[in-house]
Amino acid sequence: MLQAQASVPVQEAAEPTYSPIVDFWRRLRKNKLAMVSLVFLVTLSLVAIFAPLVAPYDPYFSDMPKALSSPSGEHLLGNDELGRDILSRIIYGARISLRVGLIAVGIALSVGMVVGSIAGYYGGRIDIIIMRFMDIMLAFPSILLAIALMAVLGRGVENAIIAIGIVSIPEFARIVRGSVLSVKENEYVQAARAIGNNDFQIIFKHILPNVMAPIIVRATLGISTAILETSALGFLGLGVAPPFAEWGTMLGSGRGYLFNAPHLVFFPGIAITLTVMAFNLLGDGLRDALDPRLRR
Amino acid sequence: MSTLVHISNLTKYFPVNKGMFSKEVSQVKAVDGLSFDIRQGETLGLVGESGCGKSTTGRLILRLLEPTAGKVEFAGKNVFEASASEMRALRKDMQIIFQDPYASLNPRMSVGDIIAEPIRLYKLAHGPEVQKKVEHLLSCVGLAAYHARRYPHEFSGGQRQRVGIARALALNPKLIICDEPVSALDVSIQSQVLNLLKDLQQEFGLTYLFIAHGLNAVKHVSNRIGVMYLGKMVELAGDEELYSNPLHPYSKALLSAVPIPDPRAKKERIILNGDVPSPVNPPQGCRFHTRCYCAQDICNHHEPIFKRIKPGHWVACHLVESEIE
Repeated sequence: MLQAQASVPVQEAAEPTYSPIVDFWRRLRKNKLAMVSLVFLVTLSLVAIFAPLVAPYDPYFSDMPKALSSPSGEHLLGNDELGRDILSRIIYGARISLRVGLIAVGIALSVGMVVGSIAGYYGGRIDIIIMRFMDIMLAFPSILLAIALMAVLGRGVENAIIAIGIVSIPEFARIVRGSVLSVKENEYVQAARAIGNNDFQIIFKHILPNVMAPIIVRATLGISTAILETSALGFLGLGVAPPFAEWGTMLGSGRGYLFNAPHLVFFPGIAITLTVMAFNLLGDGLRDALDPRLRR
Repeated sequence: MSTLVHISNLTKYFPVNKGMFSKEVSQVKAVDGLSFDIRQGETLGLVGESGCGKSTTGRLILRLLEPTAGKVEFAGKNVFEASASEMRALRKDMQIIFQDPYASLNPRMSVGDIIAEPIRLYKLAHGPEVQKKVEHLLSCVGLAAYHARRYPHEFSGGQRQRVGIARALALNPKLIICDEPVSALDVSIQSQVLNLLKDLQQEFGLTYLFIAHGLNAVKHVSNRIGVMYLGKMVELAGDEELYSNPLHPYSKALLSAVPIPDPRAKKERIILNGDVPSPVNPPQGCRFHTRCYCAQDICNHHEPIFKRIKPGHWVACHLVESEIE
């Protein structure tokens, strides 16, 4: 009977082989929303990189007579309270906002993942020490902690990114630890030990790939939090200083003119919303495309 | 037959922690002083109710758990004293097949990668050879080469269990611990997998420790059977001997629960009352006395020793001795 099963070459030809990357790309491409988001984010990144070529005006040139003027053919998104072209400022702002979002989340994710998986996998005393430390960090309002870190690190965009990254570590650590705890009791983890994997290989090959879904979702949401926290820091006079074009700072300085010139906050707000949404949708798409259980 | 694994006084207590500072309040005595041998080339069945410590025993032998006390000697080497590198070498010789084929395969890895993993870890083959070995293993367990590209969720329970068996075989082990390998499968698939295990034993000269909670599955495959109750072994005998001449009251009760496929057959069923006592606080004396239908006064106070009644037949019961003498 066993031989019979083995000898039937069922649909061998009908199932072409794909390398995992090709397969992943094929599946991601089927997700329309994720693809639209990807195109949007790639375009945004290109615009940010080539900002001096793309932007119609100098984002720092103050054309005072045009201050607060509404969108027109000349200035597509209007001018701000100092007469600067809003479109150009949004384009330049993308440089900082994208960088802040990606790098800060990158820092938080990599540290949080290592720390959280160690705490969850080993448990016991190591777990208690690590997680109590994370709880202490969570006990402070994150912006307060970021301000304290900025006081140590000094002012500047780079330091703001680092501060926000550090402040977001505990949330990632907690999510990773919780997911690791739920996955590590699975029999395939014991099987991995029985066939000779060491702890490091078990964590990275068998546990972390199985906890990716909540982490990817949290990371894409974290990008938006990071962008907003940078602008909060900028608003408080730390991090990105006001003359610099940054979406959050633009929101902050434009909010005084909300009633007579709403386009000052409207367009940067739209930029933040669209970017955050694109990251989230792309994150959902990545999560699904990386899950072999959802193939076909 | 020579002894492959020698187990003496194997004990595992799990701590029960409570409160803010995780104070140890009590212990679950999952395995309590177990001693037996597994002989080269045999299938030793291990049966007992849920929670009697049979799976824990299997995992202790592989050192997937650290013991509280006791010794496991694999081919003369104490498993619990092995260093990390010695352990790595030992793991190659002993493998495990898990109970739940839905939980024992990593859902993110293709079947080919799952089977190739131990081969790569121990560098048993390189490059295209790995692929060849995987295909050979798949054919050994009755799957086809193209199955290697699929993921576990695309298989049925029986097929997944075959993948688990192929993974265990990949390192060419001497001993395979089968931890209730068929209890999660349909009855029709159970016999297929049992026959497969039997065939593989002949082909590769394997030794099995076959853990099961009922006697039916064990009957087909085992040479000897050990009966466990609350972390202790109560009876150990050859397959035929245990079936024809069970001595411990618990073994008798277990055997009487095996259905006979003959509606006219008269048989006396021994129904045990009550539940298995908690392993946190096992009964004094003989652990079975609370449910035993022929318990005497001595059973409440003195723990019976696990002794040889006749060649190849061990029992832990006060009453058996008197019966024989």
